[in-house]
Amino acid sequence: MNLAERILARAAGRDQVAAGEFVMAEVDLALLHDIFAAQVFDLLREVGVDRVSDPDRTVVVIDHLVPAPSTAAAELHQKIREHVARLGIGAFYDAGRGICHQLLPEQGHIRPGELVVGTDSHTTTYGALGAGGTGIGTSDMVYALATGRLWFRVPETIRFEMTGQLMSGVSWKDVILHLAGRFGSDGAQYRAMEFAGPAVAGADMSSRLTVSNMALEMGAKFGLFAADEVTDAYLRDHGGAGTEPFQPDPDATYEAVHEIALSDLEPQVALPHEVDRVSPVVEVEGITINQAFIGSCTNGRIEDLRAAAEVLAGKHIADGVRLLVAPASQAVLGEALETGVAASLVEAGASILAPGCGPCFGGHGGLLAPGERCIGTHNRNFIGRMGSAQAEIYLASPATVAASALTGHITDPRHLEAPDGR
Amino acid sequence: MADDILKGRAWRLDHDISTDVLSPGAYAVDPVEVRKLHVLESVVPEFASEVRPGDMIVAGRNFGCGSSRETAAENLRALGVTCIVAESLSRLFMRNAIAVGLPALVCRDAHAAFTQGDEIQVHPGEGRIINVSSGLELEADPLPEEMCRILAAGGILAMLKGQGVA
Ligand code: SF4
Repeated sequence: MNLAERILARAAGRDQVAAGEFVMAEVDLALLHDIFAAQVFDLLREVGVDRVSDPDRTVVVIDHLVPAPSTAAAELHQKIREHVARLGIGAFYDAGRGICHQLLPEQGHIRPGELVVGTDSHTTTYGALGAGGTGIGTSDMVYALATGRLWFRVPETIRFEMTGQLMSGVSWKDVILHLAGRFGSDGAQYRAMEFAGPAVAGADMSSRLTVSNMALEMGAKFGLFAADEVTDAYLRDHGGAGTEPFQPDPDATYEAVHEIALSDLEPQVALPHEVDRVSPVVEVEGITINQAFIGSCTNGRIEDLRAAAEVLAGKHIADGVRLLVAPASQAVLGEALETGVAASLVEAGASILAPGCGPCFGGHGGLLAPGERCIGTHNRNFIGRMGSAQAEIYLASPATVAASALTGHITDPRHLEAPDGR
Repeated sequence: MADDILKGRAWRLDHDISTDVLSPGAYAVDPVEVRKLHVLESVVPEFASEVRPGDMIVAGRNFGCGSSRETAAENLRALGVTCIVAESLSRLFMRNAIAVGLPALVCRDAHAAFTQGDEIQVHPGEGRIINVSSGLELEADPLPEEMCRILAAGGILAMLKGQGVA
């Protein structure tokens, strides 16, 4: 069995499952965030259930509307706190602690091989640790909380064999943007993606989280990495006991296997308004920007802030550009303060936002006017995602976003030191 | 529901219609009566005011891509849309559509076979789609039994109530 099959076989209590089968699976962990939590808990009560099947493995995070931008949002949060207390939910992260997809791995909730559902599409992020994370809607969540179980179709799996080594200035964000551009926004629709090959061993956990997060933008149900020494070390650092290797069986079968050579890959950018309209940054250099955003569950970790700070250190962003930085969690912000990363960002002209989703989904904080352009490290550039439907969103790596903030136009980070001053 | 033959008018939509346009974030926590008025407003501004109960959607690739928000499916159902047919469907949208009792079918040829306003007939359980206006008959992937059972119950919450888990 491949990783997806192993995860669903275990959750369904079966020795063997194969792609295409439907299974009733036990859910190991359920995640709810502030946009949907109150609604789910209300519905649960409406169907007559006054408990959740496993309060210790139900995690609630207030992260989208943080700090509450309206009275309605504040009331929503109030309701969530009441429900959390009533249901005796073990893990509750209140406003300001960070983004759900950062907190769950960071705080040790994710274990390789387990099945995780969340009322958020980017629940695929946990595939970075070998967990079967996937998004579900509110009704499905009510069913999962009431019964502890949910139906799943065992997906076909596409395996990506990564070889070679990334050039300096190129990151795993560029890799996943490249894959989205090459295979399309439905290139892995209803399928699992398995990331493997020699290059993957060299990808740190932060990079893997970025890749698994954006697997969803290709339609994937899961975006999986096998659990290896990198996973083991990460789990030990984050309150866990480490892990055994969790690998696909040697005779596992795949719908397709693609070899991806990384050595020649250049920095990539997704152009408005589709995540799969991807171009090398060099081909669109010079497009002016009004806002630059570094944050989100895709690229708001300390590694991302550090990569941006390295580009920005000792320099100042261009006139007419607003640089927003939203650390993915309080722990990330704390580390940025301790290590001087935050100071470099602020000295370069950045505004630091509260840990949370911030402008990523266009709810509040850093919205765009008609005709404005933003380049950000987040995962979606759909029309109207950050405010006006006449605004444009470009997606890139932290280094590319930082370089663009410095010059005021889209800029390949490798060109900053060029003698012509670009 | 999965055994009914649905009849109505087709709204032909493009590729990559995302949950952000089906249920804009700005109205995320508003009641469905408000949310449904903004369905597709950034790409088909007349949709919410002109759609009639019984209408169906015939879309291109990757319909419903984006977030997990079930409101994308719920809003369409609230406007009276009875079925979605698309060249390909986002996994989450399909899951949510079934969960709220709205049939959603994948049919590779549908988008090219319909023009805006064509009369359409769909048999979700058999995966049969007819363009009544042109006479063309198409095959969709039939919905698996598990999904038909949820649709027949009227959605997953109705099914939960019926199972007496509560
Ligand atoms: S950071 Fe953006 S993509 Fe991630 S959970 Fe928040 S809104 Fe969603």
